[in-house]
This record gives sequence, structure tokens and C-alpha cells, in this order.
Amino acid sequence: MARPKLPFEFLVALRFLREGRMQTALILLGVTGGVAVIVFLSQLISQLQATIIDRVLGSQAHVVMRPLEEVNLRASTDPASSVLIEPRAQRLRSIDQWEAMVKLAEAQPRVVAVSPVVSGPAFALRGRASKSVALVGVEPDRYRRIVKMDTYMTRGAFQVDGTNAIIGIELAKDLGVTVGDKMFLRAAGGRDELLQITGLFDIGNKDLNRRWVFTTMKLAQSLLDLPGGVSNIDITVADIFDAQEVSERLQAGSGLTVESWMTTNSQLLAALRNQTVSNNLIRGFVIVIVALGISSVLVVSVVQKQKEIGILRAMGTSSNRVMGIFLLQGGLVGFVGALSGVALAWGLLQFFSSVYRTGDGAPLFQPQLDTGIALSAALIALVVGVLAALIPARRAAKMDPVQAIRA
Amino acid sequence: MNAIVSLRGLRKSYGIGTPVETEVLHGLDFELAEGEFCALIGPSGSGKSTLLNLIGLLERPTSGELAIAGTETRGLSEQALTVLRGRHIGFVFQFHHLLPAFSALENVMMPSIIEHGVATAQAEAVAFDLLDRVGLKGHEHKKANQMSGGQQQRVAIARALSLSPRLILADEPTGNLDTHTADDIFALLREFNRERGSACLIVTHDPRLAARCDRRIELVDGRIARGD
Ligand SMILES: Nc1ncnc2c1ncn2[C@@H]1O[C@H](COP(=O)(O)OP(=O)(O)OP(=O)(O)O)[C@@H](O)[C@H]1O
Ligand SMILES: [Mg+2]
Repeated sequence: MARPKLPFEFLVALRFLREGRMQTALILLGVTGGVAVIVFLSQLISQLQATIIDRVLGSQAHVVMRPLEEVNLRASTDPASSVLIEPRAQRLRSIDQWEAMVKLAEAQPRVVAVSPVVSGPAFALRGRASKSVALVGVEPDRYRRIVKMDTYMTRGAFQVDGTNAIIGIELAKDLGVTVGDKMFLRAAGGRDELLQITGLFDIGNKDLNRRWVFTTMKLAQSLLDLPGGVSNIDITVADIFDAQEVSERLQAGSGLTVESWMTTNSQLLAALRNQTVSNNLIRGFVIVIVALGISSVLVVSVVQKQKEIGILRAMGTSSNRVMGIFLLQGGLVGFVGALSGVALAWGLLQFFSSVYRTGDGAPLFQPQLDTGIALSAALIALVVGVLAALIPARRAAKMDPVQAIRA
Repeated sequence: MNAIVSLRGLRKSYGIGTPVETEVLHGLDFELAEGEFCALIGPSGSGKSTLLNLIGLLERPTSGELAIAGTETRGLSEQALTVLRGRHIGFVFQFHHLLPAFSALENVMMPSIIEHGVATAQAEAVAFDLLDRVGLKGHEHKKANQMSGGQQQRVAIARALSLSPRLILADEPTGNLDTHTADDIFALLREFNRERGSACLIVTHDPRLAARCDRRIELVDGRIARGD
């Protein structure tokens, strides 16, 4: 047997833990369970939230600029001229000086992509089938930075020119067309054009797969009777949660209607926030319970080790070092429990991600563990362990060595 | 000769401020010289253990002066008392009081580990040597609770000696041992006292052993009744 290498406090703390085998095992189990629950829940919720946001933003711009709402226009116009305005309400309106607005948006900090879009209602016709669609005229090079169309393409590339069009797989199915076929498009105003289908996309959303028809901006402008105009400007920001701030700034700077995904999806966001709050509540409770567990086990241990503490004191151990020994026990239990807790959480993630699958068989969430979450859980467990040991450690430090020796 | 222990008017009361306040030691004057081998005798409850704990700096006197190795202890901080205790005093208790989670060797090294923060090679060599001297060669790695009472008391003596303290305080070190083992343990203390010059203050109820000490102090009802 080799001479013990550890510093005094570590040596004694470890021996004490090893001696109280059953207690140590129980409190380690408690910490492991607590850490696993926290890590697993946090991971699960952050992933599910990320997936939900991803799905929502997968087909939506972070920020959209539009012409001022009709309501606003009416309110600011005198009743006499409302007769003039009524028919215009039916018609699409372009953003005034949209090129300047694009520049304005591009100049904003944290804006990474800006894409002018011409969109409006139309009907797709083939044979006797007639489907209501949304005609979307874009510059593909700009638009692919708003919605990642390239990743959604199932046939062809996300490129348009002339009378080429890209449609969703559902519309293709409904009309019985595919790449290479032709399709007749009639805008609400009555203008029409025969389009050549050059690509199919699957955006993961049946409704959009049925509605969106991409063409060049130019074609959309002429079909929708919006010469040289655009109906909206789509914007991507660096951090999705910057969207609201960017949109407010743009609103003030442009005088247009500017909406962020956070406003459009405010109910979803509120739900996500509630979920985060309840997750934090659960975490808080688990931490308190684990801390109480560590604390109570160590309090018992201090009483049991009364004699040893007295002996150590008689041999020249200061009360501060006795305190250190018990704080260390708390810290060690917290740390080791955190490691095994993270391991357990990892195992749970593997298990549940293989059990729970979405309708199409893909895992509902990914089994990877976020290093940040794991590290912060481990750190919290360490700190909680030490804090939980504070009361027992102070009791140990205050213990009268004579009392222990006389007994 | 210099005094390793020196007390003047030492008093100790328990339960101060409560209805059951009692004075256990009523003003003791006494000196123990360096290297002296002294027995502390007296009837049960006379205050022998209390006196030993005071000298061992485990408790503070209610009043009076107490100097260890020339250092007056009144007014010293808890920390300073701990240092003084660790540096100069070795304890041997009646109920051996080893650390059960540690081996015999580790128990003997413990005072040095406390002093230096880690186990040094030198401390290990000293511990091996001491265990050999108390007749426990080959038992170094046994846990305390795997040894007999006499063996445990030998380990405790080796431990008390491991830092070569100038003062050894032994409270009934042979109290729960048979006569033969008691004689062995006593002989060991005497041997180390002669060899290293550690002063010993030994509480005992055994008149035979007391007779073999250089000096005897008798406590009766918290007073020194006889000291030669
Ligand atoms: N913590 C305490 N509180 C109150 N009284 C105490 C305390 N410790 C000791 N006493 C009392 O002090 C007196 C002396 O006790 P002490 O243990 O010093 O006697 P002793 O001479 O060692 O006896 P023994 O030979 O039985 O070991 C006893 O009456 C005891 O009841
Ligand atoms: Mg006694």
C-alpha cells in the first residue's frame, strides 16, 4: 500500500465518505438523479423549442416590411376621398421607393440578408383543375438567404428566369404536373401566363407546398399589375431574438408597417416562455431538494464522526480545517453526482430519442448533449454541494473536542 | 530545569451561568519539568481528566494561568492554541481513539499529515520505525478496528510520539487492558521518556504503575492533596 498522496483535507474527506458507504451511495444517487433530471429536461426543452422555432422560421422571414396598412391609410384620409380609396383596397400596393427601403434595411446592424418580394393571389389552372395559390416573385440569390429554399428542393434547382416557375410538391400532385410540364397561372386581376415548371420543393408544410409558386420578380410584377414595385421586403437577422428590436428600428426609420416573427407568433412565444418558466421552477425545486438531501446526510455524518473530529482536533487540526473537510465532502458529492448525472442524462436522451419519433419516423429530438448545459449543471451541482455542506461543516467546526473524547 | 507545564491558581467551572454551575478544579498550582515522568492519581470524579484536557489545550480554564513550553496560553486565539497543541503535545487516551477509517500506519502519520498538509516520505519512515518499536511490525496496514485493544493502544502511543512532542498526556492509557498488557504499554512510555526526554503526565488508577513514576500528584475533589 502506497503512502497517501492527497492533501490532508481531501484524504480525510474521501475516507469519511468511503466509510459511510450507504449514506454516500444514497446522496450520490440523489445528486445523480437531480442532475440527470435537470440536464435531461433542459436539453429536451431547449431542443424542442429550437425545433419549433426552426419549423416556424423555416418558411418565414425574421422581419417583413410592408406598405402601410389600409386601415392606417383610411384613418388619415378625409371621408370624402374614401370613395377613391375603396377600389384600391382590393388591389395590391407597392412599397414606395422600395430600393431605398432595401438599402435602409441593409444598413441596419445585425441584418444579414434583405430580399424584396412581389407576391399576390393567383389561380393555377391545368385541365379542369383550378387551385388558389400565392404567386411569389423573387430574386433567388437574395431569397435563398431568407428561406433556405436550396435545402427544400426535391427536383431542379432554386433558379428562375423567363416564364419558369418552381412549385411545391403538393400543388404538383393536385395538378398532376411535374418538372418539364406546363401550368397556366391567372392572377386575381385577370392577367395570365403559361409557366414552365423547372423545380419542385418540399418545405415540410403541406399548406405552403400547395400554395407557393415562385417566378421571377419581373413576371410577378406584370401578372400582379405591380409594375416596378414590390409588395414586401423580407429580412433575415443574425440572432432570431434580435428580430423585434430590428423591426422596431426599421418601423421608425421607414414609416412602413414592419413586423417581426416575434409579433406574428406572439402566442407561440408566450407558450415557449411559459414552458421555460415551468422548467426553471422544476429545476429550482430539484436543486433545493438535492441540497436538502446533501445537507441532511452530512448533518448525520457530523454527529456520527464526532469522535473522529475530536481526535483530529486533539492532534492539532484547526476548526477551520475541520470545516474544510466537510465542505469538501459536499463538493465531492456534488461533483461526482454531477458527472454521473450528466452520464445518466445522456443515456436517457439516447433512450427516449430512439423511443419517441415523429409521425414520419424521424426522432422527435436529437440525442446529443449540449456541452454548455452539461457544464453548467455540473458547476451548479458543485456549488450546491458546497453550500449544502455549509451548515453541517459549521457544526463540525464548532464541535467541542473534549465532549467527543470523554464519551 | 525548565518547566514544560506550569499552572498558577488554575480553576475550572462547568455550567457557568446556569443553576448547576460547579467548580471542578479549585485553584491548582503545579509545574512539570521537561522530561519528567509523572503520575496523576486520585479518586474518580476528582478532576484528573479535566486537568489533562486543560493542559492539553482542548479546553480553556475559567481563571488562572497556564503556560505550555514557556508560552502563556491565556488570551491566545483558538488557532494559536491549535498550533501550540500540534507542535508540543501528544495524547494517549483511555479508549485508544484511533481513526477507524485509517490504517495503523496512517494513524501514526496523521499528526505529521496535519502539520505538513500531506504525508511525507520522512513521516512514513518514522511511522514504520515507531510501529516496529511498539511491537507492531507487520501490522502497519491493518485498520484500527481489526486490532486488539492492546495493539490499538500501542498504535496510539506510536501516534502520540510521531512528532517527538515535548509533552505526552496519557489519560488512563492502560485503563481497559489486562495487567500484563498494561505493564508493556507502561514500559513503552517509560522507554520513550528516557530515550527522547518527552515529559509524561499519566493518569492512572493503578498504584503499582504510579509507584514506578518519578513523581506522583494526587488530586482529591479538585485540589492537589499530595505532591511529592
Ligand atoms: N462537561 C462537563 N460539564 C459538567 N461537569 C463536568 C463536565 N466534565 C466533567 N465534569 C465533572 O467534573 C468532575 C471531574 O470530572 P473528571 O472527568 O475530570 O474526573 P476524573 O478524575 O477524570 O474521573 P475518572 O477517574 O472517573 O475518569 C466530575 O464531577 C464531572 O462530573
Ligand atoms: Mg477521567
